[in-house]
Amino acid sequence: MAGIKKFVVGCFDDEKVLFPAVKNVRKAGYKIHDVYTPFPVHGLDHALGLRETSLHTAGFIYAVTGTTTALSFIGWVFTKDWPQNIGGKPHFALPAWIPITFETTVLFAAVGMVLTFCYLCQLAPFIKKHHFHERATDDLFVMAIECTDKTNDGDLQAFLQNAGAKEVNVQVAETGWWLGRYDREQKLYREEKGY
Amino acid sequence: MNRSHQFEIPGSYKKWTIGLIVAGAIAVLYGMIFYHPFTPVVHGAAHGAAHASTDATRFWSVLLQNSVFWLLVVNASMFFICVTTMAMGGWQVALRRVPEAISSVVPIIGTVTFIVLMALIWGGRTDIYHWLDEEAVKNDKLLTWKKAFLNPVFFTIWSAITISLWYLLGKKMRSISLESDRNGPMDYETGKKWIFKNTIWASLFTVFFALTVASTIPWLWLMSIDAHWYSTMYSWYTFASSFVSGMSLVAIFVIYLKNRGELEYVTDEHLHDLGKFMFAFSVFWTYLWYSQYMLIWYANIPEETGYFKIRVQGPYKGIFFFNLIVNFLCPLLILMRRGSKRNFTLVTFMAILIIFGHWIDFYQMVMPGTLKEHSELLPFEFGVACLFIGLIMWGVGRYLSKNSLLARNHPFLKESMIHHT
Repeated sequence: MAGIKKFVVGCFDDEKVLFPAVKNVRKAGYKIHDVYTPFPVHGLDHALGLRETSLHTAGFIYAVTGTTTALSFIGWVFTKDWPQNIGGKPHFALPAWIPITFETTVLFAAVGMVLTFCYLCQLAPFIKKHHFHERATDDLFVMAIECTDKTNDGDLQAFLQNAGAKEVNVQVAETGWWLGRYDREQKLYREEKGY
Repeated sequence: MNRSHQFEIPGSYKKWTIGLIVAGAIAVLYGMIFYHPFTPVVHGAAHGAAHASTDATRFWSVLLQNSVFWLLVVNASMFFICVTTMAMGGWQVALRRVPEAISSVVPIIGTVTFIVLMALIWGGRTDIYHWLDEEAVKNDKLLTWKKAFLNPVFFTIWSAITISLWYLLGKKMRSISLESDRNGPMDYETGKKWIFKNTIWASLFTVFFALTVASTIPWLWLMSIDAHWYSTMYSWYTFASSFVSGMSLVAIFVIYLKNRGELEYVTDEHLHDLGKFMFAFSVFWTYLWYSQYMLIWYANIPEETGYFKIRVQGPYKGIFFFNLIVNFLCPLLILMRRGSKRNFTLVTFMAILIIFGHWIDFYQMVMPGTLKEHSELLPFEFGVACLFIGLIMWGVGRYLSKNSLLARNHPFLKESMIHHT
């Protein structure tokens, strides 16, 4: 469900500053919408308290679908629909079908996962996404914090500045474009190993 | 905790080691007394009603299967050390002493294997290696042609060189590692030199490994049982089998030591990576299994299909497909999840299953060629396996209790401690 929301955006230029900032922002009870980074940052998903993605489960289901599709279709063609004598092999020539089955499995899994990934990230052709900061694609770590009606954005901006943000501002942006958008379940901050 | 901590062998470990060795020794002695293994048998006698000859063949087949299998499995852990060293891999340093300990068993099992092989080659037997039968070779165009490779002298020399070089190069790798314990922390330059020295010896081992495990040794020791048949996939297949079992063995020992409260720097992350190796090489094994089978099935040339006829349609049908289920379907479906690669119980279970599966795999590589339909899977077969498992446990325990469990001065130790998959 698309909605216009207000965000406080803090930009960091150092990973070493970013991690404690993420920790402190979550500790203070603010809801981090997302952190945009120029490259995959190891352990950031964990620090953000994001749950494990289900993308691989989806991938497994696509793969099994691919296997089933290939085996049942080839099986039907070569035993029921158009049985042929190929090199004197039996009509149900399972070893000969394995390569195609394997490729179909990979194809289904790959294409399915790419599409699912795009859906989860709300990416699609001709969809223009809001950029919180252009340099998130180059050399800045951009943290976007979602504001509720109770958030005092002045306080929050000061908070981010203290946490080491190089640049802080307030932006209004549309968060999703798809029915039932993928809202990350964020766990509350806990004092425990690994956070 | 003391960083040069050594493993104190607990009583239960000693009991199991001794128990397994005794059980295995009883099995071998039983075989020596009741299976008459030292009466020379010519190939073909096994087809007759004379049961005594099948017994002798069974004795030697089981010994050959077990000694070659366990030797390749323990040697695979040195290969693991060498490839990770050459790849500048740091993650394995925290658990590196475990594969080192396993590879220290190579000289013991290597000696046993060499004795078994020599008994087969020079003991006047032709029931295991048909190509030793000079009369038969004379009238056989194919075997005459293969004589340049399949002859007792080359077999003996190459086997001796192989086993001793596995031992010596492995020993060098282990001694470089132990030497770092004695010399204290390294500065940047010393560390760099030390790593370079490691890399040199690791690459020598790996090249020799490729010349032996990945090519000639499975041809000589196992493929030549079916002397007329050949497959270019065979050595890779054998390598995949032994490597995945080797990684499983490492995982079992790591989990055992973890459960005893040792190996403090080894975390779920390291276990996850070992699990990945078990998973990936199970799939690799299947890839080779399939490639070998499918091409022969498709081409359907009589001299090639002979090998699979007895396995797929003969008395080994059950074992043949059981093999595929245990070594492919189970690892694929069970080890696929991230959570299961981090679960001690599940990884232990899968490791034991994989080792057992590949033991069965070697069983079906050896038995159909030597015993035809007369093979058995009874306490004698498992008893001999116990002997080798006991030997491995003894050697690993000895190495771990003599040396520090942690390669504490290894320059990559920190990388391993903060390892995160």
